[in-house]
Amino acid sequence: MNYSLREAYNRVRALFRGEQLDREVNEEMTLHIEAAVQENLRRGMSADEARRQALIQFGGVQQALEQHREARSLPWVDVLRQDLRFTFHMLRRDRGFAVVAVLILTLGIGANIAVFSVVNTILLRPLPFRDPQQLVRIVEKDPKAGESSKTYTADATQDFQQQNRSFQSVSGYFAFTGPDNFKLVGNGQPLPATGILVAEGFFQTLGVEPSLGRLFRSEEFLHHAQPVALVSYPFWKRRLSGDPSIVGRTINLSNSPVVVVGVLPDTFDFGAVFSPGTKVDLFVPYIMDDFRDDGNDLALVGRLKQGVTLAQAQADADQLFPQLYFEHKHPEYGKGYTGQLTGLKEYVNGKLRRSLIVLWCAVGLILLIVCVNLSNLLLARAAARSKEFAMRRALGAGRGRLVRQLLTESLVLAAVGGALGLGLAYVILSYLAHQGSMALPLLAMVRVDGTVLEWTLLIAIGAAVLFGSAPGLRMSASNLQAVLKDSGPGLSEGRKHDRMRSTLVITEIALACVLLVGAGLLLRSFLRVLDIDLGFEASHAAAISVDYDDGGNVAKRAAIWQEVTSRSLTIPGVESAGISDNLPMSRNRSWGIAAKGEQQRDALDYVPVFVYIVSPGYLKAMGMRLIEGRDLHWDDLANNRAVVIINQTVARKLWPGRDPIGRIAVAGGMETEVIGVIADVRESGAEDNAGAQMYLPATKQFGPEGAYLVVRSKLPAAALAASVMRTLRAVNPGQPATEFKPIQGLVDHATSPRRFFVLLVGTFACLGLLLASLGIYGVISYSVTRQTQEIGIRMALGATQSWVQFDVIGKTLRLALIGVGVGIIASLVLARLIAALLFQTAPTDPLTFVGMVAILGMVALLAGYLPARRASKIDPMVALRTN
Amino acid sequence: MAQSKKLDLLQGTLDVMVLQTLEVLGPLHGYGIARRIEQVSGNQVLLNQGTIYASLVRLQQRGWITSKWGTSDNNRKAKFYSITKVGQKQLVNDAAYWQKLAGVMGRVLAMQGDGGER
Repeated sequence: MNYSLREAYNRVRALFRGEQLDREVNEEMTLHIEAAVQENLRRGMSADEARRQALIQFGGVQQALEQHREARSLPWVDVLRQDLRFTFHMLRRDRGFAVVAVLILTLGIGANIAVFSVVNTILLRPLPFRDPQQLVRIVEKDPKAGESSKTYTADATQDFQQQNRSFQSVSGYFAFTGPDNFKLVGNGQPLPATGILVAEGFFQTLGVEPSLGRLFRSEEFLHHAQPVALVSYPFWKRRLSGDPSIVGRTINLSNSPVVVVGVLPDTFDFGAVFSPGTKVDLFVPYIMDDFRDDGNDLALVGRLKQGVTLAQAQADADQLFPQLYFEHKHPEYGKGYTGQLTGLKEYVNGKLRRSLIVLWCAVGLILLIVCVNLSNLLLARAAARSKEFAMRRALGAGRGRLVRQLLTESLVLAAVGGALGLGLAYVILSYLAHQGSMALPLLAMVRVDGTVLEWTLLIAIGAAVLFGSAPGLRMSASNLQAVLKDSGPGLSEGRKHDRMRSTLVITEIALACVLLVGAGLLLRSFLRVLDIDLGFEASHAAAISVDYDDGGNVAKRAAIWQEVTSRSLTIPGVESAGISDNLPMSRNRSWGIAAKGEQQRDALDYVPVFVYIVSPGYLKAMGMRLIEGRDLHWDDLANNRAVVIINQTVARKLWPGRDPIGRIAVAGGMETEVIGVIADVRESGAEDNAGAQMYLPATKQFGPEGAYLVVRSKLPAAALAASVMRTLRAVNPGQPATEFKPIQGLVDHATSPRRFFVLLVGTFACLGLLLASLGIYGVISYSVTRQTQEIGIRMALGATQSWVQFDVIGKTLRLALIGVGVGIIASLVLARLIAALLFQTAPTDPLTFVGMVAILGMVALLAGYLPARRASKIDPMVALRTN
Repeated sequence: MAQSKKLDLLQGTLDVMVLQTLEVLGPLHGYGIARRIEQVSGNQVLLNQGTIYASLVRLQQRGWITSKWGTSDNNRKAKFYSITKVGQKQLVNDAAYWQKLAGVMGRVLAMQGDGGER
């Protein structure tokens, strides 16, 4: 066996020593023949005869040399080397063609790599956890009340942990954390930080190991345990200056000392998986005993036992969850959960699957258009090079050899395009990975990896074969003698070429049409989404997370809130200001509400309702519309009045057809008086229906979770930021440097996945349109050049300039019409497939179809007009005289 | 065989012939090897002498023979090939193979019309 290794090694080595080996064997052969001649002479032959016989015995010297080369080296490499040398020579000579081809390929392949990387990251690659296929997300089966119905109480979680038989472990995290809920107090001004509370065993369940220090211990989840934290890798690097001795050190977190027990690995990005578009800085233990009365707040993740299927676990859960009590302390609150088990990966990417596949198809179409376009360019070149190839065949080059030569050219173009495309994709991906606010899961983890490189190789070679083989076969198959004999442009050959090129252009137009219609439908949906009445005015408002220390005193809190609000109102340019603990389209939580007087046996009789603990002025600052009744007063807070403002959905559900003002509702377990009704606000996202909502004053009954000051002003947020921060610092010098963010950002965040897809598909459609118009231009322009004489004759016979123009444009339109016709039929079929992605837009939306066809027609007309004008400028005398 | 057609060389046979020649005769140059094979075969093999060089380079790259420039008896410059230890081992194997094959071929071709049953 080892001789073949040695032989292979020597063969490769021989590649680089070709000349020397040739020289040696040539010398050897010369000496050989010389020796033979000498021997023949000794036998008494004449000098001529001796040489003749020696040469006959030796056989062909050239053949022997070829055999020697074949035996010692890798002949195909030599052929390839020749082909490559020739290719580079050709491409240098035809630089314009090479540049255009490489450019088109770079765009096509680059876009494909970028989209594939995103698809790979979100859909294909396993989650970056140990045995990720065992990980399961557990939510309620009918999650109609936002995050609260995707979560469970501490008691229910513990019961499930203990009683289930399908999971190795079940853990979770506190689902209602807003950004910047902590502040890191250090040397300078306090810095905002986002921390997530995680239940015991959370990291162990995921299989995440710390890169420094250790994970939390059981005793750290006990009531009154010493406060500890795990920090994320970026936070450790940025805020704790990557201190390697950080483990065991105490940091000041929101004015209490917390011991850092470990640093999580760089590969663990909580936000990317569980909360797209947010960054999480640190983790602290979720101590169950502190949250027993707080209702549903844990989002559950479990790891299945070895060999247990999702279906078995689901059956287990279906049996168990209905038996679980909400709270052990209050069995009268009732029992009865549901649990829908979904693989964590599917849970994370489920909603995006279809969009991503559409995106993948769109970018595939682009590559197809690129290939068709290049085929077309190559065909045009083939026409120009047909003589060269006929000559080479006449000189003995085999058909296979010529096809190989052409394929080498295509492969070289594709390789250069692929390499540059990889660079382009890298740039796009680095940009995408840093779009922190994009609500796409895992996007921060997007990168060029081995799979992506394989994919690049695959599509580059695939593209080369696709666009290289048609012209290659066509050229090598052409009639040798006809081409060589023919001195002028052969009419019949030209026609055949023409027909093939026209077919290609029609294909291109049809593909571009499909892309355009798809992009048009998505764009129209996106515009519809932007047009939705959100129930609040996102523009001209901005919010900032407010830090304060009320020492647990409700009256003091009300005073602080009032001071912050009233001081903010004195800032020049501020129209209104107010505080809420939750903002729309960010985190949410829900309680139950019911009309007093009706029978409420258990929790199921309550309407799930989103809860906002607010100050007076908040509704106005957000631009929410009070339909009837009044806003809160500061008196309501100061006097702990049990009042509530509901939205129209709640009013309709609790008191259909009656005036709710002054009626008593049971909200969050308290009897409260309805004092106002506001128009519905889109809570979870622009495209979801507005749910039930209520706004409660921050009193001793209803404690807020954090506080956001919302300020409405015509001035841009950036201009106000400094004065707002000054105001907050005047009230509380410990106010961390949280960001003053426009409310529009929340809306943009919620619509960002749709924006992302529309932007990409739209870009692809424009690219497709450009390529298609290039194709049209190429074909028409070529046919005008070929028909110069014919046009000259016609004009000499009296055809007018406008007639010539009309003729050429007519030809263009014929191509465009056929292409659009095919494209529309294809679009009608394909649009059905993206129907689920559309919003208030029919897949057959006539306006989109007409609009897109008009755009395509106009571009086609323009692409045809330029050569048409050239044709009409032909001087018959000149045209006839040439040749 | 009145016409005495020359034998076409089977794949790999030339390599064995070269090895055997070198094994028996010691270091030789290309021309010497070619002549020797012609003589031994009684000019029965169809050998373009030039093909010997492909065989030589192949054997050399496999490490079965080595080469060295030197001078021949009549004081001419020539490249001399000699068999290596590995080459000798290979030759033993190859020779056994060819002898076995020759035997089998002989038996098969000697088969009689009614011999199939036995």
